Amino acid sequence: MSKSRATNHLLVIPRWRYALVLLVMALLPAVVLKHVAGLQVIAGTDHGYRFLQGQGNARTVRTESIPAYRGLLTDRRGEPLAVSTPVVTLWANPQILSNSASDLAPLATLLDLGVRQLKERLARYGGKEFMYLARHLTPREASKILDLDIPGVYSQQEYKRFYPSGEVASQLVGFTDIDDRGQEGLELAYDDWLSGVSGAKRVVKDLKGRTIKDVGLIRSEKPGRDLALSIDLRLQYLAYRELKAAINRYQAASGSLVMLDVRTGEVLAMVNQPSFNPNDRTGVDTAAMRNRTVTDLLEPGSTMKPLTVVAALESGKFTPESVIDTNPGYIWLDGKTFQDHSNYGKLDLTGILTKSSQVGITKLVMELSPEHVRDVFERTGLGQSPGTGFPGESPGNLPEHRRWRPVERVTFAFGYGLSVTPLQLAMAYSVLANDGVRIPVSLTRVEEAPPGEPVLDAAIARRIRQMLITVTEPGGTGTRAAIPAYTVAGKTGTVHKVGKMGYEKHRYRGIFAGMVPAENPRLVTVVVIDDPRGDDYYGGLVAAPVFAKVNADALRLLRISPDSLPENQVVEHRDRRRPGDPT
Amino acid sequence: MLQTEYVRRLHTGASGIYSDRSGWQKIHVDIPLVLLLMALAAVGLVVLWSASGQSAYYVKRQGIFLGLGFLVMLTAAQFSPRILQRWAFIPYFTGILLLVAVLFHGADAKGAQRWLDLGFFRFQPSEILRVASPLMLASYLGRRHLPPSVKHMLIALLLIALPAVLVGLEPDLGTALLIFAAGFFVLFLGGLDWRYLCGAVLGAMVAAPVFWFFLLREYQKQRIMTLLDPQADKLGAGWNIIQSTTAIGSGGLDGKGWIQGTQSQLDFLPESHTDFIIAVLAEEFGLVGVVVLLSLYLLIISRGVLISLRAQSMFGRLLAGSITLTFFVYIFVNMGMVSGILPVVGVPLPMVSYGGTSIVTLMLGFGMLMSISTEKKRPG
Repeated sequence: MSKSRATNHLLVIPRWRYALVLLVMALLPAVVLKHVAGLQVIAGTDHGYRFLQGQGNARTVRTESIPAYRGLLTDRRGEPLAVSTPVVTLWANPQILSNSASDLAPLATLLDLGVRQLKERLARYGGKEFMYLARHLTPREASKILDLDIPGVYSQQEYKRFYPSGEVASQLVGFTDIDDRGQEGLELAYDDWLSGVSGAKRVVKDLKGRTIKDVGLIRSEKPGRDLALSIDLRLQYLAYRELKAAINRYQAASGSLVMLDVRTGEVLAMVNQPSFNPNDRTGVDTAAMRNRTVTDLLEPGSTMKPLTVVAALESGKFTPESVIDTNPGYIWLDGKTFQDHSNYGKLDLTGILTKSSQVGITKLVMELSPEHVRDVFERTGLGQSPGTGFPGESPGNLPEHRRWRPVERVTFAFGYGLSVTPLQLAMAYSVLANDGVRIPVSLTRVEEAPPGEPVLDAAIARRIRQMLITVTEPGGTGTRAAIPAYTVAGKTGTVHKVGKMGYEKHRYRGIFAGMVPAENPRLVTVVVIDDPRGDDYYGGLVAAPVFAKVNADALRLLRISPDSLPENQVVEHRDRRRPGDPT
Repeated sequence: MLQTEYVRRLHTGASGIYSDRSGWQKIHVDIPLVLLLMALAAVGLVVLWSASGQSAYYVKRQGIFLGLGFLVMLTAAQFSPRILQRWAFIPYFTGILLLVAVLFHGADAKGAQRWLDLGFFRFQPSEILRVASPLMLASYLGRRHLPPSVKHMLIALLLIALPAVLVGLEPDLGTALLIFAAGFFVLFLGGLDWRYLCGAVLGAMVAAPVFWFFLLREYQKQRIMTLLDPQADKLGAGWNIIQSTTAIGSGGLDGKGWIQGTQSQLDFLPESHTDFIIAVLAEEFGLVGVVVLLSLYLLIISRGVLISLRAQSMFGRLLAGSITLTFFVYIFVNMGMVSGILPVVGVPLPMVSYGGTSIVTLMLGFGMLMSISTEKKRPG
C-alpha cells in the first residue's frame, strides 16, 4: 500500500508508460501478423504461400503406381498354366532405417538374415534412398514385418507368376522375370497382350510413409488379357510323361514331342526333355529352357521319304504300283554306297516306304528333277518360318543348289542336307494328313479352323497315307507305333548326328512322324529321341513306342472313334466332349 | 438501455455506498474477462481435437485442466489485493527454495533439470515464479515511493534476477527470460527512469556477445542459428521450423478445413498439440483463424490494461499491468517462434496449447487480475 508523503511522488502510473506499452503491444502482433500473412496469403513473396502449399503437398502427396494384373495363361480347356498371385515386396530407405539400429535385430530375424548381413547391405546402399529388403513375400509374411512398424521400411504391392503345370509345359509357357515382364516362351511372345498397363493414383502419406488416403486416381490400371493356348494340358501331361520315360529308358540326351490337330493346325501338345521347373529357376541349365520343338534343327532323314514319293507320283513317271528293283540291296553313286538292311528285291513304291529302302529311293530320285523334290518339301512348309511367333522360332534350312550333284540329289531325298524343326516336320505331315491342304499352325486356341491352302493333290496325299499305314503293320519299320483298333500312318527316321567332324558314326537321332487315324487323320505327332545311348537307337524302336502310347491315350481322351475294330466288337460311343476339346 | 438504467438505479438505491458493485463483483468475477477466457478455451479445445489427432484423451484432460484453471482463477480472485500484497513473499521465497532444490535433486528431462518429483506428481518450480515473481515485485514497489529510489531499484532488480538466474541455470533460458520480463514490467510501470531503461538496453547489447560466447549452451546457440537459416539442418534443428512455416503457409487465407491439415494430421509437424499448436490452427483455419485468435487475445489484453488503469492501488496497477504484459509476451513469443521470426524456446500458446501447469499458472494470474478488478472502491 502506497502512502503519498511527498507531492512529487507518483500516485498513478504515468500515461506515457501505458501509451508505450500499448504501442508495443499493437506493434509486435502487427509484425507477427504481417509475417504470418506473408506466409499465407500475400502473393509474390519469395517463400509465399504458393511455395509453402507446394511444400506441404510435396511432403504428403505421392504418386503411387497400381500394379496391373497380368493375364492368365490357360490351356485350351481353361486349365491354368500361368497365374498371377498378389505378393508384397518390402523395401527400405537406408537413410531412415540405418538410424534406427535397434530395429534391425527383429527385422533381420524375420527376413531370415543375419544382423551383420543386413547391416552390410544397408551400408552398401548407404547413399541411396531405396533398397529392396525382400521381394515377393506372401501377404502374411510381409504383414509380420510391417507390424513391427519400423521406420524406413515400406511395402509395395506386386504380382508374382506361378506356373501350376510346372515343368510339363515350362519351355512352351516360358516365364517372367521378377518385375513381371515376359522373359521366355509365350510369356515373352505375348507379353504385350498379357501385361496390363499399371495405373497411378495420388495418395497422401504420413511421415512414416503409411498411406493415409487416396486423393485421386490419375489413371486406373488396365489388367492384362487372358490367353488360352492351343495345348490340351491332359495331352501335354501324357506326352511329357511318355517322353520322359523314353528318354530315361534309352539314356537319351534330349527329346521332343509335338502333336498337332490336323483340322485346325493347333498344337495340342509340345514337350521337351530335359525340362525345368519354372517356379524355381535357381541353377537351371539354359539348355533345359529351350523349346526344342521350335528352335532346334535336325535332319529329318527317312521321314522325308514320303514327300519324295509324293514328288514321284506328281511327276507322272511313277504310279503307286510302279516296281523298283532294289537288288542287290546296295547301290553305288559317285563312289558312295547306299545300303539297305537287307536285299529287299523288287519293291513297289509302298514297299519302298514300308522298308525305308535307300536303294529304292535312290533309283526313284534319279528319275526326278531335284528342283521338283525340293519344291514338294517347300510346299509342305519346310524352310519357312512356321509363323507361331514363338521367340527363337527357327525357319529351318532348305538349301537350293544351282547344280545338284547326284549324291546331293539322293541324300536330299533321304532327308539329309536340309534341316527342319520337329514342329515343321509335324506341319509337313499335317499336309499329308489333311488331304494336301496346308493350314497354319497355332500355339493359341483358334475358334475356327483357318482357311488352308491346297498344296498337294488330295488323291496323292491319300495314297501316301495308305502307303504309310504299312509302315506300322507287320513287316514295316514302325510296327511299335501301331495302336490297337486304330490305323496308324507314319514313318520312322534314324539319322546320324552331326558332330564336329561331320556325321558321327555311332550317334543317332531316332524320329517317328505319324498320324492317326490314318483313314481320316485327326492327330499328327512327331517324336524325336536325341542321342540314345542304349542298344536301341532306331526311330522305329525308340520314338515309335512313345508315339503309340501318347496317341493311344490321346485318342481315348479326345473320344475319337476307332477305325480299325476287329469285327463283332461294338463300341458304345458317348459324346462327352467339353467345350474347347479338339474337334 | 432504459431497462439497465432502471435496474442500476434501483440497485443503487438498495445497496447504499457500494453503488457501482454488481452481484458478480461481490463474488469477484470480472464478467468480460471470464467470457473472453471461456471463448478462448473453447477455441483451444477445438484446435486441440485436431492437433492431437482426434485424441479424446488429450481433449478430456485439457478440459479437466481448464476446469481446474477456472476454479483456481475464481479462488484466487477471492483474495483481496491487500492480502496478496501482504503475503506475496511466501510464494516467492517458497519458489526460490524449490528452485534451489531442483538444481540439486531435480528429475532429469532432456538434459535439463526442471522438474521436481513429489512422488505423486511432478511439476516445474519455475512455473510458480512466473506468478510469484511479478507479485513480489509489485508488492515491494507498491509499498515504496515511486519512482523508486536507486536503492529500491537495485533491490527490485535483485528480486527479479534471483529467480531468473536460478531458472537460467537449470537451464531453461526461455522461462528465465519470461520471469525476468514479468518482473521488469513491474519495474517499468513503477516508474523506472527512462535513462536507466536506455542504459539497460545498451548494456544488453554489450552483454550479448558475452552471453553468446560464455553463457549460451550449444543447443541454445543452435536454435538461434536455426532461426537465421532453418535450411542448414533440415532434418535436425531446422525440422520444426520448416514444418511449421510450411503448415502455416499452406493454410492460405481460409485454411484447409478442420482436421484436414496434412502437416499436422500426418505427423510432419512436431509438438503439434503443445508448443506448435498455432501452426495447426493456421493450416486448418488459415489467416482468418489466426486473426480471430489474435483478436481474442488482444481483447483479453485490453481488458487487462483497463483493469490496470482502473486499479484502486499502485500494487494493483503494477500487478495487473505485469500479468497482462506477461500474457502478451507469451503470445508474442510463441507465435513468433512458430512462424519463424524468433528462436525456438519452449513457450506454450496460452490457454490453447495442451498442458496443465501452464493453464493453471495463467489462470492464477487472471484470478489475481479479477481480484484487482473487483476491489472495493475506497472512498476518496
